[in-house]
Amino acid sequence: MKNAIGVEIPEYIEGLGKLEPFQGVWKSIIEDEVPSTNISRTLKAKKPHVSKLCKNLEEAVKRCKPFDGMTVTCHHHLRGGDGVLMQTIKILDEMGIKDITLASSSLTSAHDGLVSYVEKGMITRIFTSGIRGALGDAISVGKLKYPAIIHSHGGRVRDFLTGRIKPDLSVLAASAADEEGNATGAHGPSAFGSMGYADIDARYSRNVIIVTDNLVEYPCVPCTVRQHFIDYVVKVDSIGDATKIASGTTRITNSPMDLRIARIAATVIEHSGLFKNGMSFQVGAGGASLAVAKFLREDMKRKNIIGSFMIGGVTSYGVDMLNEGLFHSIFDVQSFDAAVSSSVLNNPNHIEISCDQYANPNNCGSMTNKLDVVVLGALEVDVDFNVNVITGSSGEIRGASGGHSDTASGANLTVVVCPAFRGRLPIVKDRVHTVVTPGESVDVIVTERGVCVNPAKPNLAAKLKEAGVQVVDIRDLKEEVEKMTGVPAEKKLGDQIVGLVEYRDGTIIDVIYNVKNLS
Amino acid sequence: MTPKFKAQAGTFESSDIMILIEPLEKDSGRKVDISSTVILQFEEDIKKTINQVLDRLQVEGLHLIAKDKGALTQTIEARVETAVKRSLGIQEGTM
Repeated sequence: MKNAIGVEIPEYIEGLGKLEPFQGVWKSIIEDEVPSTNISRTLKAKKPHVSKLCKNLEEAVKRCKPFDGMTVTCHHHLRGGDGVLMQTIKILDEMGIKDITLASSSLTSAHDGLVSYVEKGMITRIFTSGIRGALGDAISVGKLKYPAIIHSHGGRVRDFLTGRIKPDLSVLAASAADEEGNATGAHGPSAFGSMGYADIDARYSRNVIIVTDNLVEYPCVPCTVRQHFIDYVVKVDSIGDATKIASGTTRITNSPMDLRIARIAATVIEHSGLFKNGMSFQVGAGGASLAVAKFLREDMKRKNIIGSFMIGGVTSYGVDMLNEGLFHSIFDVQSFDAAVSSSVLNNPNHIEISCDQYANPNNCGSMTNKLDVVVLGALEVDVDFNVNVITGSSGEIRGASGGHSDTASGANLTVVVCPAFRGRLPIVKDRVHTVVTPGESVDVIVTERGVCVNPAKPNLAAKLKEAGVQVVDIRDLKEEVEKMTGVPAEKKLGDQIVGLVEYRDGTIIDVIYNVKNLS
Repeated sequence: MTPKFKAQAGTFESSDIMILIEPLEKDSGRKVDISSTVILQFEEDIKKTINQVLDRLQVEGLHLIAKDKGALTQTIEARVETAVKRSLGIQEGTM
């Protein structure tokens, strides 16, 4: 069956069940109704004054009675420094547990070691928002038994609520926790800031273990994760590599190309009609996307604009803008550097939110639905404004869906920033290799060689032209770039499906086939 | 013409190409080795560009090693030409 963007979607995949094709950004969201598929939570009763403390992670895992075919979940707030997920898998493997479904909110360079567990069939399914490095390569050549499912951040929460992901064991790292499992990431030697992605795991998993390197006096304050969801608590020496968990402050790029793209993007925002008091805003955490914040900051000061809130992926740069009074508040689902943790802890206007509140399409108040402007990156874009943030130039899985499609769907103005070509590879394509965010939800693509406005927004194009922005037809831009770079050879792909991209509503928007050559 | 010296041009920066040339025995033709970050997309194109410059400058008897980081065609042409001229000892201007 074909979905709304013309991709052939299999009706059924062994090991994953029936698939629904993507129908359009808002087609399957039924307003003011409780989705019939929602499941109830699975909390276990405890008797009074029973200790939840276990002497190590192994004991805690054993007390959760792991079994073959179970689903294990983690959060990715420890990023490249995570030491908890690998430890958990190792323990389960040593116990002889097989056929694991891994549903971590994202996977990073810290999880390259999963390759051997995938190869021997100990892990057979993966649900996640991002896969990189050696694991991405291994899955791309077809080593995972069933196709990996790539969901968005909001989609993951929906997957839990509808039972698409049924977590049996959740091992959640915290930088501070107490004996009952009240936990936070806002302080402690391994502080990582917001713990937003862990909230849904705590609420919906059959067994929840809090792992911390910093057991504090009861009660742990603030308590993002609350004790009534927690089964066991483990104090360990280390939850990972603190220098890779969160370090320093985020710097704005020095790349002249990224700065030029960012300058143009900020000008687009200024003339979009949304640049006014009360504006809400989200940027990415690096490259041209974050650099837009630098120019927007200058523009806001110049024009005396005070924004309402920022959300996201919060960097120290965002915290600086909050402290300067350029925005009233920050809603923080994930913090990107060490300087953010203290702001989460100390500034009442820096509000830690769950991923449910951030981006779940099936609730009555996700922040992405209240967003005015979002600036997002891209690995590739196409003439229909579709965006790929998951597969690289060889077709290999090497990125993250993250909140890309969530924020794009909700924002009044979705701006995608990317260079017209990277190291000879054109970025504007006839069709992106993998669609993560449909063009329907993308308004503007900003490159160093011109700004492309979605034909569905003629008024925006007119406003920008009037303001002197260089608006170009996306097909003309593609031709101009290919004249310089040449037309790249077609990718050599196999016919095995190795990944499925799930849109935030649970439908399948694209399919990833195995690659034969990795560059 | 045949190269007299070992020579190089270019850098390992992104969007550039490093060209190394070694003279070979007379009548041993051309040997061209290419590695590239965009080999899957542009292998034939890079080969063609390099050989076209070598043809134009009429050089034989050399081993050319190209390490490409996604250079555009014009960049490849300029780097190959410079490396060839250096290897022939006929480059002009400052070094």
